[in-house]
Amino acid sequence: MKIIVNGQSLEVTATLLDAALGELGYGEARVATALNGEFVPVPARASTSLGNGDRLEILAPMQGG
Amino acid sequence: MQVYGVDIASRLLLGTAQYPSPAILGDAVQASGAEIVTVSLRREAGGDQHGQAFWTLIRDMDVRVLPNTAGCHTVKDAVTTAQMAREVFDTNWIKLEVIGDNDTLCPSVFDLIEAARVLSEDGFEVFPYTTEDLVVAEHLLQAGCKVLMPWGAPIGTGLGLNNVYGLRTMRAHFSDVPMIIDAGMGLPSHAAHAMELGFDAVLLNTAVARAGDPVAMAGAFAQAVEAGLMARTADPMEARDMASPSTPVLGKASLG
Repeated sequence: MKIIVNGQSLEVTATLLDAALGELGYGEARVATALNGEFVPVPARASTSLGNGDRLEILAPMQGG
Repeated sequence: MQVYGVDIASRLLLGTAQYPSPAILGDAVQASGAEIVTVSLRREAGGDQHGQAFWTLIRDMDVRVLPNTAGCHTVKDAVTTAQMAREVFDTNWIKLEVIGDNDTLCPSVFDLIEAARVLSEDGFEVFPYTTEDLVVAEHLLQAGCKVLMPWGAPIGTGLGLNNVYGLRTMRAHFSDVPMIIDAGMGLPSHAAHAMELGFDAVLLNTAVARAGDPVAMAGAFAQAVEAGLMARTADPMEARDMASPSTPVLGKASLG
C-alpha cells in the first residue's frame, strides 16, 4: 500500500505501524510518530493499523531555539 | 530561580540551533554555563542518524532539555508536537510556541492560551512564549502555567528589549511569577538590561550561534546575565532628569 511518510509517498508492505517503521529503516531510532495528525505513542504502535493514503509523520530530535 | 519545583542556578538558557558545528555548540553551552537548553523535533528519513547524533551530543552535556513547538501555528499542531516531544525527550517541560504572524513570529495569544490549558491538563509543565500583554499573561497563569516567557523582541532580530515599559509593568504586576525573557536578544547588554529590570532569566539562541565567535559570545552573555542579576540585587539608584554633582560642593575653594 502507499502511505505518505513525512510528506513523501512511499510503498510499504507492513500493515502495522511498528513493522512499517522497521521496514522504512527506523529500527531502534529515537523517533516519535503521528498518524493522520494524531500522536501515536510507542506502546500503541504495535496495534496501530495503516491504511492506503495514511499520513505518517516521523520526527527525531533536532536543534531548536 | 525555581521553575516547576526545580532549582536552577544559571540565569541563561541557550538554544541549540544555527551553530557552525556540533563541537562549537558543545563549547558554547559549556561557556554559557546554561543548565537548560532548548531543542526541537523535525522530520528525519529512515536510516539517517542526525537525530540520534544530536541527542547523544545533548545527553552528554548533562543539561536539562526544554523542547519547543517552534513553527506550530495551531493549537492542534502545538499539542501534538508537544506530545511527541514528551516521548522523545522524556520530559514534561515544553516551550510552547504558537505562531500567529510569519513576519514578526508574534505568538497567536488566543491559541497559545488554549494550547497551554490543554497541555497543562495533560500533565505538561508549560513555558509559554508570549508577549508582554498583561491580560494574556493572566489567562496563561489561569491555564496552568507557572512561568511566563515574554519576548524581548521578535525571534532572531537581535533588537533587545522593544517595549521596556511593557516589560517593566509585567514584572511589577506578576512579581511572584518566574519570568524569562525569551527571544530578541542581540547583545550581552540587552540581557543585562533584562536582568536589571528584575526578570529571572534570559533565553536566547541566535545572538550566540550567529556571532563570529559563538563560544566567546556565550561567555559574554553569561557574564552579562550575572552582572544584571547582581545589579538588580544591589538595588539600583533611581534615574533623574536633572544633573546632581557627585563631588561635594561644600568646602570647594573660592578661586575665581
